[in-house]
Amino acid sequence: MSHFLAMGGYAEYIWPAYGVSLLGVAAALYLTLRAYRRAKRSLAKLDSART
Amino acid sequence: MFQFANPKRFMDASGAMLPWLSAATAVLLMAGLYLSFTAPPDYQQGDTVRIMFIHVPAAWVAMMAYVFMAAASAVGMINRHPLADIAAKQAAPLGALFTALALITGSLWGRPMWGTYWVWDGRLTSFLVLLFLYLGYIALWNAIDNEARAARVAAILALVGVVNLPIIEFSVDWWTTLHQGESIFRKGGPTISTVFLWPLFIMALGYTALFFTLLIIRVRTEIIERRVRAAILNGSGG
Repeated sequence: MSHFLAMGGYAEYIWPAYGVSLLGVAAALYLTLRAYRRAKRSLAKLDSART
Repeated sequence: MFQFANPKRFMDASGAMLPWLSAATAVLLMAGLYLSFTAPPDYQQGDTVRIMFIHVPAAWVAMMAYVFMAAASAVGMINRHPLADIAAKQAAPLGALFTALALITGSLWGRPMWGTYWVWDGRLTSFLVLLFLYLGYIALWNAIDNEARAARVAAILALVGVVNLPIIEFSVDWWTTLHQGESIFRKGGPTISTVFLWPLFIMALGYTALFFTLLIIRVRTEIIERRVRAAILNGSGG
């Protein structure tokens, strides 16, 4: 396991590269889904107010 | 393509597609990650070759997203399709994200392999310009309140910025400084071993699927938002 984590001596470059990519994708996913849910909620509210 | 120009049709079609596309994204990314970490170290790059499996797909999507954004901008400008404007607008933040990821991961690879995080080489510089084009495009949308006008002005920037794409593409041939040349889509076939080609290929598919999944959700979000806004305006206007 520690051999795997060491990444042949390049751990300090490889793990940050994967970490930043994961963080960026996770942030985009979170923000995108949050806005989507909010939009759907306001549409539902509008529809229920109309009927 | 144009049958989706109607927002209602787009909502139906994209709603049906979304679960499948998200599932494909998850499977591809998981398989790609597995292959990325089980591939053997490269005989020259050692384990840093694993950075390539996230660097190259990010760079590929960054450029593809720009082509998409420019094409949608052109359609929006010529045919006055709000849906095309929305697609272009929503592609920009995603393109900026993948561009930033390509720059950061490339820099983290460059330090151990080239001995420097950054160099003003043709490829790196033109990729930085790509990031600025995305940011400028987003800033234009934010600066102009009128949606139709913002779409037109931003589209002009997107289309002018297209000249940067061939510069990125051919930069490794024009200025042979540090960034290596094309190794995958080249005459005579790829020069990299299949043990690295597979993780790269699956990750590239995963990143592409991720881009379109996020893009579709974002376009759906804006269609809903515009519908809500229009309904509120109509309601208050009597």
